[in-house]
Amino acid sequence: MSKINRRNFIKIAGGAAAVGAIGFPAIAAGKKQVVIVGGGTAGATAAKYIRRGDDSVEVTLIEPNEQYYTCYLSNEVLGGNRKLETLKFGYDGLRKHGVTVVQDTVIGIDPAGRKVVTEGGKSFTYDRCIVAPGISFRNNIEGYDEAAAEKFPHAWKAGAQTELLRGQLEAMADGGTVLIAPPPNPFRCPPGPYERASQIASYLKTHKPKSKVLIVDSKDKFSKQGLFTQAWERHYPGMIEWKKAADTGGGIVRVDAKAGTVSTDFDDMKVDVANIIPAQKAGVIAAAAGLTDDTGWCPVTGKTFESTIHKGIHVIGDAAIAAPLPKSGYAANSQAKVVAAAVVELVNGREAGTPSWVNTCYSIVAPDDGISVAMVYNLVDGKVAKVEGAGGLTPMDSSPEARKREVQYAYSWFNNITKDIFG
Amino acid sequence: MKTSKLHFTAAAIGLLAAGSLSAGDVRSPSMLANTCAGCHGTNGASQGPASPTIAGLSEEYFVEVMTEFASGDVPSTIMGRIAKGYSDEEFQLMASVFAKQPVAVTSQQTDAAKAEAGSKLYEKNCEKCHDEKGALADDDAGILYSQWLPYLQYSMEDFMAGSREMPKKMKKKVEKLSDAEIDALLHFFASQQ
Repeated sequence: MSKINRRNFIKIAGGAAAVGAIGFPAIAAGKKQVVIVGGGTAGATAAKYIRRGDDSVEVTLIEPNEQYYTCYLSNEVLGGNRKLETLKFGYDGLRKHGVTVVQDTVIGIDPAGRKVVTEGGKSFTYDRCIVAPGISFRNNIEGYDEAAAEKFPHAWKAGAQTELLRGQLEAMADGGTVLIAPPPNPFRCPPGPYERASQIASYLKTHKPKSKVLIVDSKDKFSKQGLFTQAWERHYPGMIEWKKAADTGGGIVRVDAKAGTVSTDFDDMKVDVANIIPAQKAGVIAAAAGLTDDTGWCPVTGKTFESTIHKGIHVIGDAAIAAPLPKSGYAANSQAKVVAAAVVELVNGREAGTPSWVNTCYSIVAPDDGISVAMVYNLVDGKVAKVEGAGGLTPMDSSPEARKREVQYAYSWFNNITKDIFG
Repeated sequence: MKTSKLHFTAAAIGLLAAGSLSAGDVRSPSMLANTCAGCHGTNGASQGPASPTIAGLSEEYFVEVMTEFASGDVPSTIMGRIAKGYSDEEFQLMASVFAKQPVAVTSQQTDAAKAEAGSKLYEKNCEKCHDEKGALADDDAGILYSQWLPYLQYSMEDFMAGSREMPKKMKKKVEKLSDAEIDALLHFFASQQ
């Protein structure tokens, strides 16, 4: 290798680095390498969009699973209106874009050596690394371990857990109680637990009308609360009860899988089905790679989502501290495109462009009733900020026709975003 | 490998002149347009069932309708809330991306008999402004060719209910058509391949 390496080149090119030099550094210093850790919504989107932005950049995506199940719309599987198979996506689409997909688990990242190491004993060097590990669970609920998750499924990562919970709902006798324990903030998919309550109630209303849904929350308020409450009164009167944290001294704190009980600080309860969703933090590799702060999530810059702890590593999706952007599929997809564009610029020795993000979260509260929250975001003083006057909720008084359309737009969103990610 | 500093610098300067990517505060057209893909599909080619395909829309139509979504003149479930987040200049930048895309061809179930009936009604009533079976995105006409049927139906429902204003020429034609004829026309547009 010459003494002039890529990093020197950026310094040498200096002022010229801000503008286009497409293809040139790649020829001079070999192809640029981007390694992406995690093939969920954020990671897969980033892989595809980097290749779209500059197909001279070599992109390696490392993901433990052969297939990905979207969490979004998995509540419809619980409601019985959708098969889990419709949420399954593979990586052939990304391969067609020239992404190298490696089925393995990343166990370490060396930011100084710019190297990613896997469980399978492989090592990948990178110019830029993108970490998109999603979420992992905290131990905030005593007794909630892997065995307990088989008895009281979280179903907060779609797949086997979703089917397990659906199976329990199907096996439950009429007149039973389904308990949902939503997690404390921040967590993946803020309206998710409440859409879930709606979907489960929709199933029970038709098949087991004497049954109830009991939400024992660890919070005193929740996303789209007015709209959900309205929908519950409208579609499932008397079927869904929500207990705020203050009512129970903080929600579910303990489970006993053997005894089949879930407990608050005051009460031990025996319910027919319990969906326990623990508190969350960034996916396991984030902490192992030293990318998390004491919140358990990954601090990043607003403009390029580069880790503020380790240079050269970008963290996107649920694992990143990106508020006011929520931990949602749309936000993950939106962040990934911004970061893909930034990484293309940065590996080519140019400055990243100015970002633009959008989020939309649909919740399907009944077969013909959809609600949404949307927001547009831009960069203000180096941070993600909501655009004033934009976005907001479905109006409380929107017509049944409008709500019906929102369901069709929710399905359209699903079809479009999954094609945008994996297609 | 030995390469002098001089070579690098000279080459970089040579490319500097050709460079067209800006990195200032202005957001690039693709940066802005990429945010639409979540609901309207990659490059604006929607996978349906209802969100409209926006690939190939004329710049004029795109800017006009987005401005009207933001003001509420064109009713919407969600587009208006999102449209309020952008300036006219940003609409223009997004429009430049979608105007360059080919009109998308969708695959959806339509009624062949209705589409056939719609074909004749189209020539008589719609072709003047919605040329090339609704694929020609001239001026203020949207893309109707192969457009998702539910979206066409929603739009006509809004036009008929008066919540969305019809252009005068369109109103004159539509007033003379029965509900069944309008339905046939929508199937005609949606069925185009």
